[in-house]
Amino acid sequence: MNRRPRPPARRKLGHTRRVVSFLAFFGAALSWAAPLLAHERHGTVAGLLAGLYHPVSGLDHVLAMIAVGLWGAQLGAPALWLLPVTFPVVMAFGGALGLAGLGIPGVEIGIALSAVLLGAMVLGEVRPPPWVSAGLVGALAIFHGHAHGTELPQGESALLYSLGFVMATGALHGAGIALGLVHRRPVGKSALRAVGAAVAMAGLFFLWNALR
Amino acid sequence: MREPKPRRRRSFVAIAGVAAAILLAAPETAAAHLVHSGLGPFYDGAAHLVATPEELVTALALALLAGLLGAPVARRALLAVPATWLAGGIAGAFLPSLGTPWLAAVTFLALGGLVALDAKLTATTFTTVAVVVATLHGALGGTGMPATAAGLLATLGTASVVFVVVALASARVVSLRAAWARIVVRVAGSWIAATGLLMLGWTLSGAA
Repeated sequence: MNRRPRPPARRKLGHTRRVVSFLAFFGAALSWAAPLLAHERHGTVAGLLAGLYHPVSGLDHVLAMIAVGLWGAQLGAPALWLLPVTFPVVMAFGGALGLAGLGIPGVEIGIALSAVLLGAMVLGEVRPPPWVSAGLVGALAIFHGHAHGTELPQGESALLYSLGFVMATGALHGAGIALGLVHRRPVGKSALRAVGAAVAMAGLFFLWNALR
Repeated sequence: MREPKPRRRRSFVAIAGVAAAILLAAPETAAAHLVHSGLGPFYDGAAHLVATPEELVTALALALLAGLLGAPVARRALLAVPATWLAGGIAGAFLPSLGTPWLAAVTFLALGGLVALDAKLTATTFTTVAVVVATLHGALGGTGMPATAAGLLATLGTASVVFVVVALASARVVSLRAAWARIVVRVAGSWIAATGLLMLGWTLSGAA
């Protein structure tokens, strides 16, 4: 008797389970590393928590990072993963520039503009080539990195602060992607564009504040 | 058509819940770094790796890269990484303290970048990279160990955890078939690279 092929739904569940357990392992390993006070270096827990908290401490940053995820979800592959990969890496580069003492003019304006532009992209459902969208997101990420990547609280682990900072940024992108998946439903398309409009409006408010 | 048994699903959730509870509870009671665990030098060495993010993330990054490169490379990594980590650790015990704060930054940047780019390295190139990285990080950890039998046992404990990390993480990545699941791994790589870039900035500015 021929064996019946495995149903696709089951296979999908298996992949999901594998990825979830991998992420659980990865996350647990990282989170476990922090509080053990290795090498008698104090402040490591606080360093990780400070890093995790930092990206969510300003609404302008939060909106821009969620908008990256929203736009990625709207554009689909490869932008879906290209944008969230580009943003943290270029943001870290912006942070490194700040640490090297290289000033960037108009950082606050750049951050506010990022919410305006990314919100407008979602609102208009703009579909540029992947390298253009990645370039735009990367250019805007420099401002975010420069503004916040350099603020290591005294006495805390730079590595865990950086790790927490990057992970929280990625989580915000992930939240944006999860929200953006409503794009697959007919009603969701309009809802997503409305969210883009709200982000752009909020960005305009931040821009007005930055220019005052 | 066979549906997954509800009991299996429940047991998976139960195991995940228990593991999460243990991991959350463990940091409160663990006392890392060498002789502080009270469990002997082997476990002190094991705890050393788990408690040192520079080394733990490096081992994870090597495992992710090996997993993306496929089962034959992952099998090589399983032998090469812990063995050279151990050799580096033993050599490190006889070396003076190495002042290399940039090593973790450069390692994160390089390995995270390779994972993010899903770089198609040959088995030989990967093995070379893995051997260099594992030896350097092993030696760095080894400088904190005494050049005695206890120090050797501690280094063996560290290398054993490296083996476990590489085995679990690389096997998990090798088993991923869906394109999006591999992309999740690449995103994790980009986070490691970004952390390395920030760390490099901190190191160059003298703040780290």
